[in-house]
Amino acid sequence: MTSHANNMPLEYKTQQSQMNILGFWVFLGAEIVLFSTLFASYFVLEHNTAGGPTGQDIFILKDVLIETFLLLTSSFTCGLAIHSMRSHHKTGLMVWTIVTLLLGAGFLYMEINEFIHYVHEGASIQTSGFTAAFFTLLGTHGAHVTFGIFWISLLLIQLARRGITEKTASKFFIASLYWHFLDVVWIFIFTFVYLKGMVM
Amino acid sequence: MSTKTNHFPWNHLIGFVLSIALTLLAVFVAFNTDFSKTVIVWVIGILAIFQALIQLFMFMHVTEGKEGMINVVNMVYSIFLALVIVFGSIWVLTSGHAAMH
Repeated sequence: MTSHANNMPLEYKTQQSQMNILGFWVFLGAEIVLFSTLFASYFVLEHNTAGGPTGQDIFILKDVLIETFLLLTSSFTCGLAIHSMRSHHKTGLMVWTIVTLLLGAGFLYMEINEFIHYVHEGASIQTSGFTAAFFTLLGTHGAHVTFGIFWISLLLIQLARRGITEKTASKFFIASLYWHFLDVVWIFIFTFVYLKGMVM
Repeated sequence: MSTKTNHFPWNHLIGFVLSIALTLLAVFVAFNTDFSKTVIVWVIGILAIFQALIQLFMFMHVTEGKEGMINVVNMVYSIFLALVIVFGSIWVLTSGHAAMH
């Protein structure tokens, strides 16, 4: 990459921001490995239902699809937020980020309801190897979304006070990487936990 | 790479439409086709990988910045580790479980 520093987006302007972004990619690499261990446990344990319900018994396609579309759309609006940021459009960045967080909150609301529904169906985290691995994997993802909502809410306060600067731009960009990453994890949960669970 | 990004975000819109389409296609393949279960899991798995690549390239711009190449190597290495962990665990634990009977 030979492009001159002036051609770089604001979030790459300082050496420190570049290092922060690189460091965050390394962190995401570690997150991939973290989630892979949870997926591995799930795949090993998914058939060990110990007489409790199977995935096929409890998964509801409609609710899972709503969750998926909420998260996919939030990933899109998060991209639009960064697009606005690169056009130095503070209001755009704020509005799209707030939309992203609302969609994320909607996802969490659906997921918590889903968990409550499963517990009523007799599938709590203690029921079987399957439910233990399922709730650990899904719960870790949900906890990441929850953390992201708090983190990005705090960034919004900083943005309102300081505007789009080299520092806030780099922070928002890093948060956007985190948010898109959670969507990537969800794609694999949707495919290999829900769809596979309902088909097999 | 330039700061002139006032144009319409086509990249994001295309990525979004493709993600929705791939999700619906996966649901269709899973519930409305007569393929065997193994084929279905392979097909929806490949669709998921496509969708993840869309996120990585169209939304996260993995190749962007001075460290673009480092990012790609880092991601490829992490995905390699993830595959070893997932398939290695399944292999060792299922064959070990089978050997006990």
